[in-house]
Amino acid sequence: MSTYGLPPPLLVNGFARDLADSLVVAVNTTVAVAGQLYTYLPGHRILALYVRASYQNDPYRTLLEVGLIVFMVWYVLREKYKPGKKNLELPLSEKEVQELIDEWEPEPLVAPLSDVQRMDLDKAPIINGPSGPKVKLADGKERLNLASYNFLGALNQESTKEKAIAALRKYGVGTCGPCGFYGTIDVHMELEKEIARFMGVQDAIVYSQGFSTIGSVIPAFSKRGDIIVADEGVNFAVQIGLRISRSKVKYFKHNDMADLERVLQQVAREHRAKKNKPLTRRFIVAEGLYIDHGDICPLPEILALKHKYKYRLILDESFSIGVLGNQRGSGVCEHFGIERDGNVDITAATTANSVGAAGGFCCGTREIVEHQRLGGQGYVYSASLPAILAASAIEGIKYIESHPEQLALLRGHATVFRAALRKNLTGGGPPAMVDIEGEECSPVVHIRLIGGGGGDIAAMRSSSSATAAVAAAAAAARAEEDRVLQDVVDEVLRNGVLVTRAKYVEDHDAMIARPRPSIRVALSAAHSRKEVEKAASVVSAALKKVLKARR
Amino acid sequence: MGKGKRAHFDPSRPPLSSADIMSKPDLPHDHTPPALYRPKPEGSPRNQGEHLIEDTPIGVLITTYMSYFFLIVFGHVRDFFGMRFKKAEYKNLLEQNGYAPLSSGFDTFYHRRLYMRIRDVFNRPITGVPGRTVQLLDRESKDFNKTYQFSGKTTEVLNLSSYNYLGFAQSQGPCADAVETTIKKYGVSIGSSRMEVGTLDLHQETEALVARFIGCEDSMIVSMGFATNSTTIPALVHKGCLILSDELNHASLIYGARISGATVRTFKHNDAKDLEVVLRKSIANGQPRTHRPWKKILIIVEGLYSMEGSIVNLPDIVALKNKYKCYLYLDEAHSIGAMGPNGRGICDYFGVDPLEVDVMMGTFTKSFGASGGYIAGRKELIDLLRVHNYSSVHAEAITPPILQQINTSLRIIAGEEGGDEGKTRIAQLARNARFFSAGLRKLGFIVYGDTDSPVVPLLLFHPAKIPAFSREMLKRGIAVVVVGYPATPIITSRVRFCLSAAHTIEDLTYALQVISDIGDEMVLKVSQLRPVADEE
Ligand SMILES: Cc1ncc(COP(=O)(O)O)c(C=O)c1O
Repeated sequence: MSTYGLPPPLLVNGFARDLADSLVVAVNTTVAVAGQLYTYLPGHRILALYVRASYQNDPYRTLLEVGLIVFMVWYVLREKYKPGKKNLELPLSEKEVQELIDEWEPEPLVAPLSDVQRMDLDKAPIINGPSGPKVKLADGKERLNLASYNFLGALNQESTKEKAIAALRKYGVGTCGPCGFYGTIDVHMELEKEIARFMGVQDAIVYSQGFSTIGSVIPAFSKRGDIIVADEGVNFAVQIGLRISRSKVKYFKHNDMADLERVLQQVAREHRAKKNKPLTRRFIVAEGLYIDHGDICPLPEILALKHKYKYRLILDESFSIGVLGNQRGSGVCEHFGIERDGNVDITAATTANSVGAAGGFCCGTREIVEHQRLGGQGYVYSASLPAILAASAIEGIKYIESHPEQLALLRGHATVFRAALRKNLTGGGPPAMVDIEGEECSPVVHIRLIGGGGGDIAAMRSSSSATAAVAAAAAAARAEEDRVLQDVVDEVLRNGVLVTRAKYVEDHDAMIARPRPSIRVALSAAHSRKEVEKAASVVSAALKKVLKARR
Repeated sequence: MGKGKRAHFDPSRPPLSSADIMSKPDLPHDHTPPALYRPKPEGSPRNQGEHLIEDTPIGVLITTYMSYFFLIVFGHVRDFFGMRFKKAEYKNLLEQNGYAPLSSGFDTFYHRRLYMRIRDVFNRPITGVPGRTVQLLDRESKDFNKTYQFSGKTTEVLNLSSYNYLGFAQSQGPCADAVETTIKKYGVSIGSSRMEVGTLDLHQETEALVARFIGCEDSMIVSMGFATNSTTIPALVHKGCLILSDELNHASLIYGARISGATVRTFKHNDAKDLEVVLRKSIANGQPRTHRPWKKILIIVEGLYSMEGSIVNLPDIVALKNKYKCYLYLDEAHSIGAMGPNGRGICDYFGVDPLEVDVMMGTFTKSFGASGGYIAGRKELIDLLRVHNYSSVHAEAITPPILQQINTSLRIIAGEEGGDEGKTRIAQLARNARFFSAGLRKLGFIVYGDTDSPVVPLLLFHPAKIPAFSREMLKRGIAVVVVGYPATPIITSRVRFCLSAAHTIEDLTYALQVISDIGDEMVLKVSQLRPVADEE
């Protein structure tokens, strides 16, 4: 047997060597005793000679051989995995099988589109030229863009373009490999350092798509049997992460801290009830700024509960970095004046929105980050972020940090827009036709119809218990709401402003919650106060017109 | 180890940039490229010999198991004492102050005891273009791979590791020029999803181009290849449907299958017979427990398996899918651009009509030197995916510079731009692939995969040889990818060479020489097959 069986690093390790030596001594005695016993066997001399010679030449070899024998014995005797004896399959004759196969008629691969889907497809706008605060649509006319996530106006700045071109000329476009296999470029390492510094944590890891980031982060940490307590308003990307994790997921009412505590207590009770159960990992999952609702998570309260019940906190800040915070725009921690390090265990976000590039990142302690370099699926099994985009992201973060006045402007826009909308719709009082959702200072404004029957989150989630008729009625009501809102969007577009309905995927199993239909306005600091006021008057006029016609 | 300053694959001849090679298509060849594969007439059986996967010699098998056995036993012994006597170092593994450890079980054991020993051969950071050669950032570890210090120097080595099949990883040339113009015109990003307000005219133009290239009615581009799979599959199948997945399918396909909620069953790698057995059984028995008939059955395969180098047996699988009324999803991540006489992937290679495949998927990260992925198929399919694919609705749209790289490289491959350049690249890759894998086989290595495959896995087996091979290659100026458990079965650790149109025959001859030397030193030439005579 060759010494190749024993990996060289093993022998240089002092600890391992000591241990091996003591094992060699043990083997030595055993061999001696065994040698005595073997003299009774025929051919014992040759065997004994062989063992002794080999031991003298190379004591490690003897060790190896003994190990091999032990291993073989264990391998042969170990309990083999036998799939359940019960035969779950029907005993069918070959003829019956063939008949069943002939009879089988599958559904078509592609189901026909629903009316709303058809409408979405037909009405998705096409931009001619670059995206930005103003965009030119296919009809050649320019529109004010209140639909893109360009909160701070970092998108397509000249300095970013220059950095991107410099990166192109140094690195080319694609990285042609995942990070593990020569796909890590120095720009990635620089970006990771920048993010860690910007977010105020030890380390960061960059993913190649923002949307997929959180869907890799959650399952990297939360495995089967672990517990996740999540806000029921988390966005779609987070819900994918929850679903793929195979953990036990419990939801609490959106931004309702009393309900969060209720769920945490319930988990604690269940844990106490089961004796000797090992401690599982437990996570609270929330969003910094909820993109589907436009409001901000009550971070101080969440942190108090998290520390009290010993949960780790996973926060999706995709829509809050470059939006929240007064000085640097580093997200919800800054908004509340809380240190991120030591409080928020895991932060994930995209660099596609405020940062104005593409890709995503996760940041936290070094341990959190290193774990993902082997365990983050989207990191390990996908090509790394192109250098152009990484360089743009570095520039985008610089832009955010150096424009605190834009943060203030954005907050101002949010207040102005909401106030103008309310005033235009009702002349000061609460608007009668629509809800205007979201925190005052939040640049994400959801406009929902009052009294629409489009089904709320809880109803969608427990829809398995609902009857088919109820579900169909809910779907029809939702479709009607979607249509009305789309009419408003179209009317707004005719008047020179681009907004969008918040789009969701119709899920087959209703496993993924969809908030009620809405028009989602994303304000941008790249617009002037005047433009924001104009947009508000266009939107409210369109709402009035369409809703009046409907009544 | 493995960071020698003399690392340079030929000091007498400084490496050219990949751009140099590609802009001189009439390089003197001392090797006539073999004839490209032409689809055989309908009905003729395929050459099965190309597919052979050699068994592991028994001696190698035993010593490999032994190696892991020792690694694991010593690892556990160290943990046993470490957890008792060096609590500080192990604090991440222990329950702390009411928090369960972040990682546990085999994950962390594998990481600490197997991966950390050889961490230096993975995640090697680079700078510049990952073309024919690649520049590694020199690094050193003083604490057994826990942390690295960078010296600030770089080492240029021959690149046998990047998925740069057609040599489009370039910072100069027509693609880069077009990308620069696009950045100036469109900027770098969009700030919305495709279904909301993230669709540019450039998207429409490029998608039409992709559809035409693949030979389908329409196509859709997603900003990440992984997400193309993980967000399309759940849009097509759901609870009550069945996914039949090749056992070696990529993680992104498995991810997508898992979120979809459909039942997933696997069949033996690239084995149409086994697929038929599973199909018959599944259709006859219907859904588990209720035995209701399946709503639909989706077979998911890859065109070229990047860890095995095996080409999917597409004709047989298409026949099965038609016979049993299933649908077929073909992931051409590695084969699009790289396979077939026209670079149009596996359908081109076999002469199968792309419309026979229901869902054509591929990525732009490999042959195109870009990023992202596509789905191509019938118009109804793409229409549905536009409104129902998670990425289309929620993820950032693919950005203009990346789109432009796809657009230009695709037009070059298709011959719509740059004259013969596309054809030359395709032919050069095919020549390099055959030359290199035939060379390795002749030397007596165990090599997996088809002779036409541009990814060539060479078997190392023993865990100790994984780092050793990589470090030795690096010392001699060649960057390679080594993979072991859990990315491969525990026995068949391997090194995976990726060929490129950017390599010259001299590069490959040098590489073969180096591999041969190392193979002798490390007893890797263990193939028991007779060396095959020169082909054709
Ligand atoms: C078969 C297959 N599908 C999908 C992917 C993911 O593609 P990307 O790297 O573009 O995310 C890969 C890449 O490694 C792959 O090999």
